[in-house]
Amino acid sequence: MQTFRTLDAVAVPIAGIDIDTDQILPARFMHKKRENYGRYFFHDLRFDGDGTPRDDFILNKPAFRTAKIVVGDRNFGCGSSREQAVHALADFGIRCVIAPSFGDIFQTNCLKNGVLPVVLRDPVVREIREALEAQPGGHLTVDLESETVTDLAGSVHSFSTDPFARSCLLEGLDEIDYSLTLLHRIRAFEASKS
Amino acid sequence: MFGKIWNRHKVYERPDGQTLLYIDRHYIGDDLPMDTFETLRRKGLKVRRPDLSFSIPDHYVSTRGRSLADTVDAERRASIEELLRFSADNGIRLFGLEDVRQGIVHVVGPEQGLSLPGMTIVCGDSHTSTHGALGALGFGIGAAEVSHVLATQTLWQRRPGTMRIRIEGETGLGVTSKDLIMAVIARIGVAGAARHVIEYAGSAVQALSIEARMTLCNMSIEAGARAGMIGPDDKTFAYLHGRPFAPSGAAWEHAVREWSTLASDEGAVFDRDIMMRADEIAPMVSWGTSPDDSGPITGCVPDPTTMDDPVKRRRLEKSLAYMGLKPGMPLEGIVVERVFIGSCTNGRIEDLRAASGIMRGKRTMVPTVVVPGSGMVKAQAEAEGLDRIFIDAGCDWRHAGCSMCLAINGDIVPSGERCASTTNRNFVGRQGPGARTHLMSPAMAAAAAVSGRLVDVRQMEIG
Repeated sequence: MQTFRTLDAVAVPIAGIDIDTDQILPARFMHKKRENYGRYFFHDLRFDGDGTPRDDFILNKPAFRTAKIVVGDRNFGCGSSREQAVHALADFGIRCVIAPSFGDIFQTNCLKNGVLPVVLRDPVVREIREALEAQPGGHLTVDLESETVTDLAGSVHSFSTDPFARSCLLEGLDEIDYSLTLLHRIRAFEASKS
Repeated sequence: MFGKIWNRHKVYERPDGQTLLYIDRHYIGDDLPMDTFETLRRKGLKVRRPDLSFSIPDHYVSTRGRSLADTVDAERRASIEELLRFSADNGIRLFGLEDVRQGIVHVVGPEQGLSLPGMTIVCGDSHTSTHGALGALGFGIGAAEVSHVLATQTLWQRRPGTMRIRIEGETGLGVTSKDLIMAVIARIGVAGAARHVIEYAGSAVQALSIEARMTLCNMSIEAGARAGMIGPDDKTFAYLHGRPFAPSGAAWEHAVREWSTLASDEGAVFDRDIMMRADEIAPMVSWGTSPDDSGPITGCVPDPTTMDDPVKRRRLEKSLAYMGLKPGMPLEGIVVERVFIGSCTNGRIEDLRAASGIMRGKRTMVPTVVVPGSGMVKAQAEAEGLDRIFIDAGCDWRHAGCSMCLAINGDIVPSGERCASTTNRNFVGRQGPGARTHLMSPAMAAAAAVSGRLVDVRQMEIG
């Protein structure tokens, strides 16, 4: 897995509560080979029926095309467990999503794909979103080692990450390889149950 | 109950609280990313416990025919083929297209007696919460986690909170477990149970059949819960007795004794506790683009201008615009253009019996597709003559699969059309781009099919 330490990048505000994974990646693209899933990211909001980019969708605005951070809203990524939604996000270039809360499986899926989900308080996220709308192309700095987000005004907001997930991201640890080092415990567990 | 199952499956707990949890049952569908299985090949790993995994293609299979060639296109066919190949290479038991047991993972598992009380059950599909109806801890996982389970038969988890939802009292005529869960979600919201496992309890829940309990647990994920579960009781044991993969003989007696210890103890404490009255719940229907956008059929489309929270107001306005509905419209009478009966929520035999009860001797007014949840459900329905009732009413009677629930196998709701649907999600574009989904119970969907509009099933004559 790609390591994540610190990220200073353009952030795109995506307003709206309960953005589900059907929005992030419509189901009809789920079977596609893992080749640039970024093209399907928010597909039906980004493109018209005939494939023309929609000017009214924020990801199509020039200032946000290089965004690596998404600032979402409550319950971001709820719904279907499809990991392809995170593949779309990651392949588009997003390395961090900041929101007041996440869909449970989506949050886990992010962590397994080198994307950092950051939970900040609702009013703080709203303030950051509004500042980004006012200053398109603005940068945020996300530091996983110190667990802080620095906003456009230079204010620093602390967040906390699960210690295990954090060390996996910082070290780019492969979870399967790590778990296989515990195989003796798994075998002992199986022996105790049989 | 959650605590008992969790503690019995702990392989190792790190000082930071992350727990390596042993997985008893793993279902594998056909909708995983193509590189899920590649992870194992790349590492040179075999599936560690192929005897604990079961493969069942469901999302991409055609409901028009039972051959791979019926699949809508070569790319989707490749997804099914990848599952078949991987299962064969690793010795994983497969219920393939030619197998009468094939169907939706969450219908087949319980039906075959593969999902049992006390088990930890996972699948790369959010509706794995269904299996909790049998007193198991079942939850959906992502594809990377699927690879992890295949390689290690375990999963890293952090202990979730517990939440009890008690539904007390008697359920009114025409009110089903679908209505109960829709009322729960409408009350607590789509994130209302986030980071919690729900245990359903109370007299109305105990009174439900096992299949009805599956519908309840199935939609727990629509309230944001990790899982939903119900303490196993005599009904659970009676349902499982004699199922192909359930224990038998002396092992059965032993298993029942053990399962009988699973239900929550008297006085068990939950992190959150909610109480609802069953007699206050009417048949429900959704009007918006999220499962919590639901209300009783006797109600009206809400008015965004009455909402204080500007974020919620904006979402409601967008939702109504997508659904083509006006504030204040009565829900009863909304004209529908299509009906879908099926899915892991409502594709079981009892669901088809309920729907056929409404349709008997009547004609559908709009195109209506009926998709059994499994080949076994289809065979049972045909043995009972339900297929004739559906066909005589003008329905399209199909083969088993996920079908129009998420519209990736060719069964889709055309853009702009309004569909009365027994499925679990009414998200924007869920049943096809521009499709407008109204969630409801099978009887309510059948009533909509023969009326051409949303109606209160309690006003219908039952055949």
